[in-house]
Amino acid sequence: MKKVLAIMLILVLALSATACSGKKSSEDPTKKSEGVMTYAEYDAAALDSEVVIETYVQAKQGWWEDNGQGKATLYTQDGDGAYFIYNAYISEEDYNKLGEGQKIKVTGYKAEWSGEVEVAEGATIEIEDGKWVAEAVDITDKLGTDELIKYQNQKVVVKGATVEAKEDGAAFWYNWDNSGVQGDDIYFDVTANMGTYTFTLESYLTGSDTDVYKAAEALEAGKTIDVEGYLYWYEGPQPHVTKITVK
Amino acid sequence: MKKGCALFLLLVLMVSLLSGCHGSRGAQAFVIPESFDTSKTYEITFWAKNDTNKTQTNIYEKAIRDFEALYPNIHVNMRLYTDYGKIYNDVITNIATQTTPNVCITYPDHIATYMTGDNVIVPLDELFADAKYGLDGAELQFDGPSLGEMVPEFLEECAFNGDGIHYAVPYMRSTEAMYINQDYVEQLGYELPDVLTWDFVWEVADKAAEKNQDGTYKLNGQNVMIPFIYKSTDNMMIQMLKQLDAGYSTPEGEVLIFNDETRSILETVAEHVRTGAFSTFKISSYPANFLNAGQCVFAVDSTAGSTWMGSEAPLSDIAPDKYVQFKTAVRPVPQFDPEHPQMISQGPSICIFNKHDPQEVLASWLFTQYLLTNDVQNAYAGTEGYVPVTLKAQQSEEYQAYLNDPAQYDVKLAATQLLMAHTQDTFVTPVFNGSTSLRDAAGQLIESTAKSVRRNETVDDAYFEKLYKDTQSLYRLDQLQSQQSRTDGSDLGRLPSTAVALLVTLVVVWVLIGLYTLYEQIRKKRAKKP
Repeated sequence: MKKVLAIMLILVLALSATACSGKKSSEDPTKKSEGVMTYAEYDAAALDSEVVIETYVQAKQGWWEDNGQGKATLYTQDGDGAYFIYNAYISEEDYNKLGEGQKIKVTGYKAEWSGEVEVAEGATIEIEDGKWVAEAVDITDKLGTDELIKYQNQKVVVKGATVEAKEDGAAFWYNWDNSGVQGDDIYFDVTANMGTYTFTLESYLTGSDTDVYKAAEALEAGKTIDVEGYLYWYEGPQPHVTKITVK
Repeated sequence: MKKGCALFLLLVLMVSLLSGCHGSRGAQAFVIPESFDTSKTYEITFWAKNDTNKTQTNIYEKAIRDFEALYPNIHVNMRLYTDYGKIYNDVITNIATQTTPNVCITYPDHIATYMTGDNVIVPLDELFADAKYGLDGAELQFDGPSLGEMVPEFLEECAFNGDGIHYAVPYMRSTEAMYINQDYVEQLGYELPDVLTWDFVWEVADKAAEKNQDGTYKLNGQNVMIPFIYKSTDNMMIQMLKQLDAGYSTPEGEVLIFNDETRSILETVAEHVRTGAFSTFKISSYPANFLNAGQCVFAVDSTAGSTWMGSEAPLSDIAPDKYVQFKTAVRPVPQFDPEHPQMISQGPSICIFNKHDPQEVLASWLFTQYLLTNDVQNAYAGTEGYVPVTLKAQQSEEYQAYLNDPAQYDVKLAATQLLMAHTQDTFVTPVFNGSTSLRDAAGQLIESTAKSVRRNETVDDAYFEKLYKDTQSLYRLDQLQSQQSRTDGSDLGRLPSTAVALLVTLVVVWVLIGLYTLYEQIRKKRAKKP
């Protein structure tokens, strides 16, 4: 009896493992439904033109209501590139269904705001079957090069960066000029690949109760860190940080 | 015993009927205490707004330290915001839980909504006039302004409820200015007038949008050029309508914006978006980023944002190598009638929230007044192109020296002096519960039109009809209209069934009380009969 049970247990385990891996391998993050743009087509589309994309939610800023209209900003990616979805129209109920990796179809307009290419405010979202989570791409050696912009909005990691002191010796500031308080965005500078860059903890993405926010508050100038986040752009690269590992 | 029970029941009924309905009402109206109690400690919370400017934060902190030194029994806890909208949302949430701050920097539009609760906001006129603690009062521990030393136009903006009562005091004032790349204007063959007309701006902007065959712009040789960019399209629409003497709203809250003049403005906007001459902050980015990079001719932004504007701007978001050298001119916003310029007055005001303890409210008022002293006014105004709200500060030696200080950023001083020279040409829009939505809608009309043109949608009569309808619905302006018509005493229709049921119950209860009282009196009379 025990033997039978053990065999059954092994079988169940094996089956479930196969199921999981099957799901992972069956999801091709570059494949598109009919009428949906490939990433290359999206990339080539003119600003202010209508775009229809299929993509996978990697992270999301909080849902909010504006004059009765639910809105949310999403960091999304497919197998070929990333899409920043700014203030899409979405109900709170649907927003809550958007777990990490959730496949969605987005219809909206392509726009650019201070260098950040995005799907503009007011896009609509359909939740589709499918999940895929992107691996962070190491862009350390791309920093300071013209190639960097190709990774805009993607999940990226910068390795072996050195935390630089701000003007007042602090390792980070609340708000860009230190005018803020705990709970506001955090800004810190790092040196990597022979350049200095400002990284941001966007409080709507990673609030003061998150591990990464606390890790940023614990930063010390001179320390070496690996930083993971999304390659947001504002007049130049300004990654939104989601993970900090102190070496 | 029966009598006692009946009396008790009657009392309970009366109390619940008379006071139960008022259970949800706010605190008692504030009455000024005879004197400020210095034997007790008062903690007051101050929700402040800064323009993500560290110097402004430092000024608030110093003001609190200096105030607490004068009033050791008052402790001020500051919470900083960088966004008026966030303050508004937090206040609304905290009104429900009776955890509002004591003192709050905010906009009159927002205060109008706070005032929908009873006694939530403290009316200030009696406090102004109080001999001991009023403006320039005898027992103040600091040298504050008198009522006559407040700039009348700015103070008047805080009496917005139609009852002549002030529900706030101004804290800082600014207006909008046009920051101009004068070199570009002259390069295009124009001379810059003192006051620009809309026609002039559109004409120059269209010319600046001309391209070379390779797609670069003739004017700057770059791939990017937004000849005319506006930061706040709410203000743009509001000022254009005011200058045209066209409808926006009545003081009572009747919405008038969906009119022919508005449509004409939107058609003009559409025309110049089409030529590539015009864009907005929401569509493109901060005007300063384009102006300072030589990618813009006319940039309209607040005078309170002047330290970001121009090729020598001390604050900037663009890389140093993107800066272009040019002469920055500062002018009033474009006008339809340059002989009679009209521009918006804006800037933070301060309101005081009512509390159960009048002493706590008095402590709040003392701190509010302290923010009007020369020390605070002059220091804060100097951080940006703000103007102090008191004549006492404006006329002080310190402030006059500041205005003539060559070490100050000249664009900031020009922006400041623009408002000081045109204070009498400023206006504000009517404030009522819902005026924030109307303001948002005013800007949205321009944003939507501009976006639609950029997206090659057809912008014609049918488009504008739909735009008006959609905007009314999105900002619930149709509901505002119906609220307004109710205040006019027009037919309200049938009462809801719940209201009818409540009224019937009230009548029945009172009839029963009456019958019972009558019955008791008759019984007593009969009992007295021998």
